[in-house]
Parts: sequence; structure tokens; C-alpha cells
Amino acid sequence: MQNYLELSNVGIEFNTNNVPFKALDQVNLKVSKGEYISLIGHSGCGKSTILNIVAGLYQATEGGVILEGRQVDSPSPDRAVVFQNHALLPWLTVYENVALAVKQVFKGKKNRAEMHDWITHNLELVHMTDARDKRPHEISGGMKQRVGIARGLAMEPKVLLMDEPFGALDALTRAHLQEEVMRIHATLNNTVIMITHDVDEAVLLSDKIVMMTVGPRATVGEVLHVQLPRPRDRLALADDVNYNRYRQAVLRFLYDGHQTTH
Amino acid sequence: MATLIRKFRSALPGNLGVDLSAGAGLTTLLRAWLLSLVGLVVFTLFWQGAANNIDTSLGKFPGPQQVIEQAGNLYAEYQREQQNERDFFVRQEVRNAERLANDPDADVTLRPYTGRPTFIDQIGTSLMTVAFGFVIAMAIAIPLGIFCGLSQAVYSAVNPIVQIFKPVSPLAWLPLVTMVVSALYVSESALFSKAFVTSGVTVALCCLWPTVINTTVGVASVDKDLINVSRVIRLPPLQHVSKIVLPSAIPMIFTGMRLSLATGWMVLIAAEMLAQSPGLGKFIWDEFQNGSSDSMGRIMVAVLVIGLIGFILDKLMLMVQRHVSWDKSVILR
Repeated sequence: MQNYLELSNVGIEFNTNNVPFKALDQVNLKVSKGEYISLIGHSGCGKSTILNIVAGLYQATEGGVILEGRQVDSPSPDRAVVFQNHALLPWLTVYENVALAVKQVFKGKKNRAEMHDWITHNLELVHMTDARDKRPHEISGGMKQRVGIARGLAMEPKVLLMDEPFGALDALTRAHLQEEVMRIHATLNNTVIMITHDVDEAVLLSDKIVMMTVGPRATVGEVLHVQLPRPRDRLALADDVNYNRYRQAVLRFLYDGHQTTH
Repeated sequence: MATLIRKFRSALPGNLGVDLSAGAGLTTLLRAWLLSLVGLVVFTLFWQGAANNIDTSLGKFPGPQQVIEQAGNLYAEYQREQQNERDFFVRQEVRNAERLANDPDADVTLRPYTGRPTFIDQIGTSLMTVAFGFVIAMAIAIPLGIFCGLSQAVYSAVNPIVQIFKPVSPLAWLPLVTMVVSALYVSESALFSKAFVTSGVTVALCCLWPTVINTTVGVASVDKDLINVSRVIRLPPLQHVSKIVLPSAIPMIFTGMRLSLATGWMVLIAAEMLAQSPGLGKFIWDEFQNGSSDSMGRIMVAVLVIGLIGFILDKLMLMVQRHVSWDKSVILR
């Protein structure tokens, strides 16, 4: 299905202390169902703002977002968000954190037993069943992020939005979680928009890499279609000519004329 | 000093077969105790010295010894009064039994004992009053604080009122509260006396504010990401408050409640003194008016007991706070 999710002429203006600041201008993006999209760009270029607009947490001041033929105007479990700092409720266990979302989203649609199975299933997907009764402060950063992903997936979203999901993790944990996300994406074939700073991560995971120009008035600079066969193997790809060609394309965009000029 | 430490250690039950130097945690605990003890000893010596040099119209200022003596007297009075009460009822029962024996249709009643309230009774009354005032205050302050924290508009409307009433002394409120309670509280049940209600309401008026302010701050500073989680899963307002906002704000709410209870306890003594409602404040005032050579000693006992109870109340609140707080990594003191 073409144009599952569409951003057309999206712009947003913030008013901080009555000084208007146009963060985004004329952002256009078309996403097909099951696509894995990465947003990449320099800090402060408005990547998170785009994600928040798609999530419905921010309102675009110009243009709009259409998901499956309907305009997006408020947050909804349709567009689950995986936050950079996991945003787990510290007073709830891993299981309860996922359960809070499941109970709300599937109220009246699933009974207690079905909900329990669904929560367990999603914790299994991210390999967190063993730690289900632990609280967030008792588990590592990588594990917290897994729970965050499980909570997002458990909402059965049309689009999963991930805001630098691996940004706060060490390199090994990050690589491990990337594998998991690829595996889950291959199984569920869900539509994902992910923000990243990491060029390798973007090329490895994405079908499309959306490169943002530097703000203010940030917009989509280039869109790179990554046509590497799946499943992708990080080690094999390291010597792959095409992989390196994509990497260089992204790097060239980021360091060529789109650097911050101040 | 070293021998003192050794003596102190050997006197502890924990020394039986346990090497204290091995447990570093135990040694630091011991050190803390020891330092508290040193502080108390130094204070007592200083007190004794100062007391001997202060002459008043009622004699010398009470030193530690007189205070201990008076504490013993007060407890003895309590026991005597209890014995009197028991005797009073025994006498009544005997008399009633006799009357019933003479005339089976006799109308017998058990009259309540109307003895003088002792120091121990006054402590109980004071605790009841502060509890009454504190519960009223919390029932208003926590919901008000939640509304203020959730809505900037409510906060802007309420904040000036809070800021103006916060610094008001209980003594300023008391005459007004007395008049209002006299006018409005006309219940015949006499479950609570008027003086009790007056003191309680005054306590409530003064200990409202710390909880309002801390709850507001706690609710307003809930992590933005958590609020976004709530928005994404579309929690209804009531659940948003009960599942996200309240748990987040619990530590701050408790900080406010502890401040409130401390304020309430402090205010209560002044209120009781002025309102002549039964309690520790009245005890102190009565002793002051009494002006015997023991009075100052007895007042000093009351001062120490007030401090001790305030300390215990705060420790109790701290225990509850530790129990309900989800963030076990924070050191609460």
C-alpha cells in the first residue's frame, strides 16, 4: 500500500518569550506500510519535533500528517512512542509498565487472560520475561530500553516511533538491541520511524534514510533508499561495497554544506 | 576517651561473640550513637551549670535533677488519679448494688468520673487535637495542591491566597476561630468540646500551607516523558492523576506533610494556651499561673515531652514515607 503515512508541507513555529522560531518548514515525507525509516541530521535540526508531530504530542502550525487516510491531531496508541530515556514508570515493575499500556489500549477488546498473554508475548519478544517483576532501577539501561520497546509494540501501533532508542546505550548493548529490532521488524513487519545520530545504525536498519538540513527552517534534504537484501548481517556488510556506498552518501550529506554554520 | 569507647562497646549486647571491628556498618552506627550521647552529656552539663546561676522569683531555674524529680511526681499523680477513678467506680457500684438489694426498681446510674486531668491525660488530648487538625488540613491541602499543580490557571488563582495566609501566626486566627466555632458548632452530642474544635481548626489553618505548596511543586514537576506516555496511551484524567501524577508526587507530598505536622504540633501548644482548651499548652499555662516552687520544673518536663513527641511524630511520618516511596535509592532523613 502506497502512502500509508504522509507528511505534507509540515511546518511548526515555536513562540519562546514572544520570539517566533520556525523550527520546521515544508517537510514532506511519504512512508509505505512496513517500511523502516530513519531520520538523521545534526543536533537541533528538528528530528524530534517531526517525531512529536507524527505522535500528535505537538501540533504542526502548517500542513499536516495523514495516517491511513485520516489526519493526525492528537496522541494515540496508533502511534506508539519509544522514548530516548525509556520513560518507564519507576514505581511499577517491568510487567506492570507494559500492563498499564495494554490495559488502557485493549480495554473492552481483550479479557484479563488475553491481556496477560499479550503482555507476556511482548516481553518475550524483547527477551525480558525473566525480569518481569523487577523495577526499572533494578535493571540495566539496555533492559529498560527493551521494556520501552515492548510497551510500544504491545500497543499494536500502526507506526512505531522511536526517539533515539539506543542513544544512551554502550556500543555492545546497542548492537545487540539493533539485532533484536531487525528480528522483530522482520517478524511483525511493522512500520517504524526512528531518529538516530548514528550513520551505521541508519544504514543497517533502514529501508529509507531521511536526511535533514540544519535548522532553523529545517526540512528534508535528501532521502536515501537503502536497497540491501534482508536479513542484514553487520559483519558481512562491513566489507560490502554497496553498504559502504550508502554510508558514504549519508556522511557526505552530513559533513558537506549541511554543517552547523554558527 | 578510648577506654570509654571500649567500655561502651563491651556493654552492648551485640558484643557477645561478635567482633565489632569487622562490621564497618556497625562501627559507624556505634560512632553515631556515641556522638549523640556526647552531645547530650555536654548539653546536660551546660544546662546544669546555667540553671544554678539563674535565680527567679520562683527559685532557681530547674536543672536536670529537678526535672527528673518532677517527671516522677507527674507520673505518680497520674497513677494516684487512676487509682482514685477506679475507687470512685467501685464505690458507686457498691452503693448501686446496695440500693438494688433494698429496692429492685431503684433507678441506678453510673456517674462519670470528674477528676482533674493529669499530665498524661493532657498529652493524650493534645495528640488527639493535633491529629484532628492535621487530618482536616490534609483533606483540603492535598486535593488543592493537586489541582494547583495540574493547572497553571488554578495555581495563579490560588497562589496569592497561599502566600498571604502562610505567614499568619495561629494567635491571630484564634479569636476569629473561637467566635466562628461558638456560632456554628452547636452540636449537643459533645463528642468534641468547643475548645477542642477551636484548637483543631487553628492547627488546620496553620499546617495547611506546607502541604499545599509541596504538593503543587511535586505535581507540577512530574517528568514530561511520563506525561507523554500517559497522553499516548490516552489515560483518562482520573487515571492520569492516580497512576502517573500521584505516585510521582508522593515524595514531595510527604515532605510537605512532615513540615505540616511539625508546624501543627508547634501551633497546637500556643493555641491550647490561649484557647484554654485541654492539652499540654493548658498544662503549661496552669502551672505558670499556679506559680509554686515546683512549677518551673513541671513546665520544663512539658517542654521536653513536647520536643520528644514532635520528634517521634516526625519519625513516624518518615517511616510511612519510606514505606510508600518508590524511590528506595533516595536517602530520606
